[in-house]
Amino acid sequence: MSKKIPRSDYEKTISFHFKRWLSGTDDTFAGKVEMKPQTHKKKNNAEIMEREIAKKDLRERVYDLANNKELKWVGKLYNVFAAFFCLVLAVMLLFAVSNLPSFGAADNPVNNEVSARYIEKGLEETGAVNIVTGMILDYRAFDTLGESHVLFIATCAVLLLLRVDPKKKKEEEEAANDRALEPKNDVILQTVARFLVPPVIIFGIYVILGGHLGPGGGFSGGAIIGAGLILYLNAFGFKKTEKFFTAKTYRIMSVGALGTYALCKSYSFYTGANEIHSIIPLGTPGNILSSGLILILNICVGIVVAGTMYTFYCMFRKGDY
Amino acid sequence: MAFVQNFPFMSIIISLVSGPISSVLPGKIAKRVNICVITLLGILQSFVLAFVLKTGEPYVYRMGHFSAPWGNEIRVGVLEAAMALFFCIIMFLSMIAGEKERIRDVEDHRQNLYYVMVNLLLCSLIALVYTNDLFTAYVFVEINTISACGLIMSRQVGRTFEAATRYMVMSLLGSGMLLLGICYLYSITGHLLMSNIQEAVTALATSGSYHYPLLVAICLMSIGLAIKSALYPFHTWLPDAYGYSTVSSAAILSSLVSKGYIFLLVKIFYRVIGFDVMKDVRVLNVLFVFGVAGMIMGSIDAIMSDDVRRMIAFSSVAQIGYIYMGFGLGTTAGMVASIYHVVCHASTKSLLFVAASGLTDVSDGKRDFKSLSGSGYRNKLAGVTFAVGSLSMIGFPMFAGFISKLLFAEAAVQSPNKMLITLIALAVSTILNAVYFFRTVIRIYTPAVKAGVKESGFAKVKISDNPKKSIAMVIFIIINLLLGLSSEIVIDLIEKGLAMFA
Repeated sequence: MSKKIPRSDYEKTISFHFKRWLSGTDDTFAGKVEMKPQTHKKKNNAEIMEREIAKKDLRERVYDLANNKELKWVGKLYNVFAAFFCLVLAVMLLFAVSNLPSFGAADNPVNNEVSARYIEKGLEETGAVNIVTGMILDYRAFDTLGESHVLFIATCAVLLLLRVDPKKKKEEEEAANDRALEPKNDVILQTVARFLVPPVIIFGIYVILGGHLGPGGGFSGGAIIGAGLILYLNAFGFKKTEKFFTAKTYRIMSVGALGTYALCKSYSFYTGANEIHSIIPLGTPGNILSSGLILILNICVGIVVAGTMYTFYCMFRKGDY
Repeated sequence: MAFVQNFPFMSIIISLVSGPISSVLPGKIAKRVNICVITLLGILQSFVLAFVLKTGEPYVYRMGHFSAPWGNEIRVGVLEAAMALFFCIIMFLSMIAGEKERIRDVEDHRQNLYYVMVNLLLCSLIALVYTNDLFTAYVFVEINTISACGLIMSRQVGRTFEAATRYMVMSLLGSGMLLLGICYLYSITGHLLMSNIQEAVTALATSGSYHYPLLVAICLMSIGLAIKSALYPFHTWLPDAYGYSTVSSAAILSSLVSKGYIFLLVKIFYRVIGFDVMKDVRVLNVLFVFGVAGMIMGSIDAIMSDDVRRMIAFSSVAQIGYIYMGFGLGTTAGMVASIYHVVCHASTKSLLFVAASGLTDVSDGKRDFKSLSGSGYRNKLAGVTFAVGSLSMIGFPMFAGFISKLLFAEAAVQSPNKMLITLIALAVSTILNAVYFFRTVIRIYTPAVKAGVKESGFAKVKISDNPKKSIAMVIFIIINLLLGLSSEIVIDLIEKGLAMFA
């Protein structure tokens, strides 16, 4: 027995909307997404022809093939030699790999006193349950210090290449700016992001903070947080992210994180090399506040990685935060 | 442990921290910080050098509470300290000499990023010099590559973007080969620490096991670093990168970046593989052939180019050919000659780039030889400096280049198999060097009226117009003369340092 409900009530139910959505009559985007229709540039035929011819002649003009006829031959020979060379190199490398010690054998050269101590004494000496974290952030922390600066300098190189001059910004916006054509306020994306972004970022924080207790650490956790920020940016646009993430924020974040890392580690390098007793306690393995400096270093690395990912995305998309 | 022994570690940390700090400072302050850091590092290195010379033996410095092979460590000997000090001096001079051009070429809001690049480049060079761990070396090679790329594209014109892309592609290929070589080496020796790898490699070489992977690893590392330091057939990225970037970038790239990789290669030869094993595998012969080819072909390319900056860049290809030819001789004398040439070329090439920028500035920024006529009169100091650099590169007595050519010839005589080729290549290359350098010197001292060039739009520069650049040029000339006139001290340092490597 189904109750017959009036039409006006029926139109409010979920099943009605679902049916309409299925049949395609209901446009969920209508009136909600801001999208500028793209005006197609009219190209006249002469222009297109000219461009096609230019494309064809490019090689000839660059290499001046009319006067350097031998270059045609050289080009062909070059391709043949390149293929041949790659083949030879691949065969050589594969042959070398086949001569390497077999994977996982007990008497391999890599199973020596170095890895033995990492496994046997890693927990005792670094206080980290996760041996890998103990290795990269305590035994070999100098390498990781360099590695986090690699990320930083990569960001700086991208900033150097793509950052729009803040003073000229307004002029740029008036000029043909294809970002104006991007759809904004996509309802589906926003709804999903509203649910997803907080758990993603919290999970990232968890991965960073638990780096010394289980799988995870600054690099992976930072990447998760960066991905969450990028999702948020895509859903809600630059106007919202500008409120909490600007060029200044990134600078403070990276300087703070890298500075703290360098400061902490210089202390332990200095005390270690000069045989001074370090005052940093290792704590009880398994506790969240344990394993000496590793937790702080993981947080620093996480901040740098998240900032790097987000900055890369912003720079390649807009040239500014 | 004496306090001085902490200095190498402190220099690495200071320059590393100054990178991020420069990114928050405005350009002008970042510049001052940069100059202070370089000066401070130079002072620290000179203390370290004095200390190591006094004790007469190298020492290892443990980075942290765990001794190597579990933790990281750095190793300080005479050659390392001397190289680090030399790098600091050349970087200091290149930075102060190119200041005016840098402000002109690099946009205002990118100025501080330029200093981030320079600081981290210096840090990576010092770390590369001191490190005793192959993986640490690789990490700092990465920093070096990216910052060099940033230095190339900091002057934003089309040619530098193209050059930076090329540099990135070629340099990453080199890094990849180096990393692959380290991986092979790790899986057959089980170590990353240089001293331990050397023990394991010596044992492997005597027993003959894993012969093929060892050979491939050595090849990959040598060729990878050769690509990164622009050995002849892999030099295509070089002319545009050196030719179109801003002056201090060109000077730093030509004299420091490629030399850092070459020094790492020397370390790999001596400290990782061991020189005796290195001589047995014939990789050195390959480097010898490429080096000789580079000496000739680089000079021919230089003769054919009609742009003074590109000419100097191509001359670098020839000079790097010299260095690899010295490696290829496979004797200690050849090594000493090569390392001396590293020092000689680094100081002379940065001098030439700085002087050439002085000459092109008074020729309305034009770089073709016709416009350069008479520029030696318009900017007298730059003309003199360029002439000194040219004479040194050709190998004129009194200057640094003469000594290195003498050393190469001496080393050639000691290795009978390669004597004839080396001497012929040296002679031919010297003549070719003379052709293009004398042509330029004659050109800049030909009065513009005679060459038929209108001088009306060209500026005249007095020595006092750009005092920093003038001082830098004078110091460059003095360094060159010192290297040429009292070379025994430098050669003695290199020999002592190489003895400490073993």
